[in-house]
Amino acid sequence: MSVDMRTYLGHVELVNPIITAAGCAASGSELAQFFDLGRIGALTTRSITMAPRAGRPTPRMAETPSGMLNAVGLQGPGVDAFLERELPWLSQRGVRTVVSIGGGTVAEYTALARRLTDAPGVSAVEVNLSCPNIEDRGRVFARDGAASAEVIASVRSVMRYDVPVVAKLSPDTVDVVSVARACVDGGADALSMINNPIGMSIDTEAMRPSLSAVTGGLSGPAVRPLAVRCVWQVHAALPSVPVIGMGGVLTGRDAFELILAGACVVAVGTALFHDPYACLRILRELEELLAARGFHRLADAVGLAHRPPGSSPRHRNDLEETSL
Amino acid sequence: MLTTRRVDAYHALTVVAPGIAERFRPGHFVGVAVGGAQTSMLTRRAFFVHDVKPDYGGTVEFVFTVGGPGTAWLAERRARDTLDLIGPLGRPFPLPRDPVTCVMVGGEYGSATLFAVADALQSRGCRVDFVLGAVSADRVFGALRARRMGETTTLTTEDGSLGMRGKVTDVLPGVIADVRADVVYACGPIETLRGVTAVAVEFDIPVQVAVEERMACGIGVCMTCVLPVIGDDGVTRMVRSCVEGPVFRGERVRFDDVGTIPFDALGAPGGGTRHVG
Ligand SMILES: Cc1cc2nc3c(=O)[nH]c(=O)nc-3n(C[C@H](O)[C@H](O)[C@H](O)COP(=O)(O)OP(=O)(O)OC[C@H]3O[C@@H](n4cnc5c(N)ncnc54)[C@H](O)[C@@H]3O)c2cc1C
Ligand SMILES: Cc1cc2nc3c(=O)[nH]c(=O)nc-3n(C[C@H](O)[C@H](O)[C@H](O)COP(=O)(O)O)c2cc1C
Ligand code: FES
Repeated sequence: MSVDMRTYLGHVELVNPIITAAGCAASGSELAQFFDLGRIGALTTRSITMAPRAGRPTPRMAETPSGMLNAVGLQGPGVDAFLERELPWLSQRGVRTVVSIGGGTVAEYTALARRLTDAPGVSAVEVNLSCPNIEDRGRVFARDGAASAEVIASVRSVMRYDVPVVAKLSPDTVDVVSVARACVDGGADALSMINNPIGMSIDTEAMRPSLSAVTGGLSGPAVRPLAVRCVWQVHAALPSVPVIGMGGVLTGRDAFELILAGACVVAVGTALFHDPYACLRILRELEELLAARGFHRLADAVGLAHRPPGSSPRHRNDLEETSL
Repeated sequence: MLTTRRVDAYHALTVVAPGIAERFRPGHFVGVAVGGAQTSMLTRRAFFVHDVKPDYGGTVEFVFTVGGPGTAWLAERRARDTLDLIGPLGRPFPLPRDPVTCVMVGGEYGSATLFAVADALQSRGCRVDFVLGAVSADRVFGALRARRMGETTTLTTEDGSLGMRGKVTDVLPGVIADVRADVVYACGPIETLRGVTAVAVEFDIPVQVAVEERMACGIGVCMTCVLPVIGDDGVTRMVRSCVEGPVFRGERVRFDDVGTIPFDALGAPGGGTRHVG
């Protein structure tokens, strides 16, 4: 039995819910050597910035238990080179593309969105709010609902109406639900979570921080419980808003966990470093898992763990039929 | 996995991997998953391919020392265990068209990657000489094989337990002059590569180096393995050593700036050559 794996980001249909996470698939061509990018729901680009960025000095990476710290610092070619080379490469191959953008001011995000407005091949725009706000002494936008909402509202106002704007949230905030609500009020069509919480490790041989940037973003299975919690809380508060869930997804089971919490799309990041074929494997495992549990449609599983205790899993037609 | 053996301070693992053996070129590396199915170590470990053989459809051998938990786990593998590896990865060493004289410089296990290069060079009629060095005798890898293959072989150890006391860079100028080398191939710790490059630049001969940077993916998607390299256009970029390397022309690598973002690199904070706005 095959499961209908289609899902929606706003009104953009994705053939299936498995996409790559921002900054974990470089330009796309690297992964294309391993599998056909057209077979995943979408590819998310690295966070595109106005100017080219050299990023942070090395070491940029430290492995931690079931995860890793990274301090890449948004290394990338800048929007001009992105529009000239990377985006056309993806769109010529028919790869559905979520373009992530990063900026230091509201004006910079807005200018980036304006550059994307007429570019062919943008399926959605994801606003990476985990960037330091230059106008607020480097405080990260995503910490603060009002600052996040201002960015989202401005990006929404210049983006074409048929391109969904996704607000990417960080778990490093006092109340992720209030930031989520502020973004939706600001015009976000969907939310994605979680970006990397900030961590640190010390090299006990050298007796210095492992990363040259001192702190870095934690990713991998180590953060999955944080991701499940954020998706759960946001879906409970805003059940009609589509959520892209991410954080430590290594298997179909992990993707299913985020779907049960309320995600309708699941992004895969760090797992790609371990297994370049991870997306297709996770997709297959997820589909098998849904089929084994009697689901006909992925959509029926989204947020299912929120049903009241004691109630039956209603969508499970096999059970429904036999219990009637 | 086929065999495991100890070679002095090193472990050598041979794996049946026809797909990798078939496409292998000297300088390639493999990415090895460590810790088994439920591992908490998510990043693959990179190892240069030491040797490929046609047995069993194609085998691949790599050589390593135990440093942290990943290599400790690998050292405990036994014949018939399975190993998850991807490869061949990276850009291999370019080979000269003409039968020139080549000096192969290996520091520590870096020499492991040089024998396949030497093989390919000799089959093109090149003359090959070796300079191998390490901290101590048990860490000089492949001295016997070098002696068999090379016209000359010079060994150095920092403690004087084998060959000359000192570093490969101490003896390299003499070797280059004696054999009238046309080109240098080098692999080893970054400090060694910096020194070797400086010597080659002094003699005004090309030098190809294989570098090692901390890697998480080995396939070009994580952007963690970068170092500053000068491009054909003269612009310094932070390039990924896993896909744009690990082999570079030595004089293009800004060894003194590794671990920093040079102020004139493309996209460097507060400037950079083509930084707009
Ligand atoms: C292209 C390339 C080829 C290499 N070839 C060899 C080889 O032939 N023989 C050999 O013994 N070693 C080689 N290394 C180094 C080898 O990858 C590391 O020794 C190994 O990853 C250490 O793993 P660990 O778990 O023991 O140490 P840990 O320090 O616990 O490793 C933690 C993390 O840091 C990374 N890391 C640590 N040291 C290095 C390093 N020197 N280079 C890259 N990543 C590192 C690991 O991949 C891992 O993600 C090579 C490295 C590169 C980049
Ligand atoms: C090396 C690396 C680079 C990343 N770059 C970005 C980025 O440019 N923009 C962004 O919004 N998130 C970035 N992220 C965060 C991921 O998109 C994702 O939210 C997070 O890593 C959690 O998922 P994972 O555990 O599957 O990796 C990056 C993560 C890693 C590990
Ligand atoms: S190791 Fe990931 S980009 Fe080079």
